[in-house]
Amino acid sequence: QRGLALGTPATGGSPGQAPRTGSITVSVAVRGPRFRKLKIGAGHRLDVKASGVFVLGIGHGNKLLTDLYNCHLTKVYTVGGLFGKATDDFSDTGNLVEKTTFDHITREKLERILAVIQGTNQKALLMYSNIDMKTQEAYELAVKGLIRPMGKSPPIITAIRCLQFALPEFQLEIHCLHETQQYLRKVVHEIGLELKSSAVCTQVRRTRDGVFTVDDALPRTQWNLRSIQEAIRNCQLKVETELEKTLA
Amino acid sequence: FSDWDDIPPSSALEVISEEEAVQIIAEPLLPIQSSTLRDYVDHSETLAKLVHLGVDLSQVEKRQKAGQLLLTLDFEKDVKKILLFLKDVGVEDNQLGPFLTKNPYILGEDLEALETRVAYLKSKKFGKSEIAQMVSRAPYLLLFSVERLDNRLGFFKNELGLSVKKTKDLVIRLPRLLTGKIEPVKENLQVCQIELGFQRNEIQQIVCKTPKILTASKKRLKQTFDYLHNIMGIPHHMLTRFPQVFNSKLLRIRERHMFLAFLGRAQYDPAQPSYISLDQLVSLPDEVFCTEIAKASMQDFENFLKTL
Repeated sequence: QRGLALGTPATGGSPGQAPRTGSITVSVAVRGPRFRKLKIGAGHRLDVKASGVFVLGIGHGNKLLTDLYNCHLTKVYTVGGLFGKATDDFSDTGNLVEKTTFDHITREKLERILAVIQGTNQKALLMYSNIDMKTQEAYELAVKGLIRPMGKSPPIITAIRCLQFALPEFQLEIHCLHETQQYLRKVVHEIGLELKSSAVCTQVRRTRDGVFTVDDALPRTQWNLRSIQEAIRNCQLKVETELEKTLA
Repeated sequence: FSDWDDIPPSSALEVISEEEAVQIIAEPLLPIQSSTLRDYVDHSETLAKLVHLGVDLSQVEKRQKAGQLLLTLDFEKDVKKILLFLKDVGVEDNQLGPFLTKNPYILGEDLEALETRVAYLKSKKFGKSEIAQMVSRAPYLLLFSVERLDNRLGFFKNELGLSVKKTKDLVIRLPRLLTGKIEPVKENLQVCQIELGFQRNEIQQIVCKTPKILTASKKRLKQTFDYLHNIMGIPHHMLTRFPQVFNSKLLRIRERHMFLAFLGRAQYDPAQPSYISLDQLVSLPDEVFCTEIAKASMQDFENFLKTL
């Protein structure tokens, strides 16, 4: 017995506890903390200037993330734009390239351009989904909303509409696949050009990533163990359902 | 054989009986070299007693040569008198462990040198409890020579133009100023004066209220000031009145300001009605801020945050 009887009780142990026989190397004060790593993976990227729904996976969740990635589900963004200037990186914080007038722009003109964008993207969607639209199979898939490119493709916009319009500001809702946030900023820039003016992107906010919505998302004030556990539980069913649907 | 010296020593290869063999205790040898104190802790009285005091050896062994130092010290001869010295200075018993974890080197210091330094602080009229506080909060303090401590105190007094008393109050509140690097402090003062545009007397007031501004990151300081002054429109004299706002996270300031602006309540001018002080803006916890200042619910705030 190593009798280490000292006047001051150790901060780690409880006072009144008899000194342990044998080695003290097992105490945390000697070895350090027990767990040092937690496997966390991230879902679809969100660049520094963007905000919104960002999905993370813990442990087994990482495998589910990969499976969800292979489902090629759409993402939904709220994209803010400002008419009147163009910058080198298409955002409102970039270097100014030109300034233009915008009083001639109306909501109708904007919506016409959006319809054109939707049309061209619809063609791309069908092309990359490898489906012959004249078949019964294609019809059935379209009804179920399952027409999606199941492999790599360039960014595709499946739906785009104007939420708000108050010159020079405007706000769009964009449903898309295989996108990057920078691609969406470029879309804003090109809309400006199509309307014979110029535009920069002021905000890119993801409101939905596949099955995950803003309501499922945890704000910073809820980044604690309990809320995270609850969030995982709440989404479990719809993740399973979606995976089954696609793999079927 | 008539004399003990005549008995030849037994040969190592001599055959012995089973009973004798069983009685030989052959413990594994201590490693001569190791990267962790774990291997020695069961055989060193010094290490074992330090663990019982609350020293975290897993942290100590990460510091340069600290593990080596501890192994060469004898508890009764070397360590005990330093521990008694620290208790005498006023370090609390339950603080000894954390203190030594941060500064194990003090156990190898010359006791007389340590006592001279404490005597110096007393000669400068620092009170006993003040010295205890400074030593506990800046564990490396007593490793510094009297000359170095004196130079440091002189630096702060001259650079900031403070009185002797105010300089002492400053280092009592943030004793890290005496032990940390001096260049970053000089740079922060330059930033406050040249880039942020504060007057010398404003800087004095700010530093005495929130000494941490001298050790804060320059980038953070500039970003926070930029948002407060250029976006929220807070003038210099208001920032001098509430310098604690510089210690706050920029994200918190931004989110709360944007929420107030959204509700039409972002009013920071005391001359106008419904004035919200910067102090209220940053130091209240979320729930109180929402109900008292923003006059909204936590849920409203969280919903708003999700639209950013």
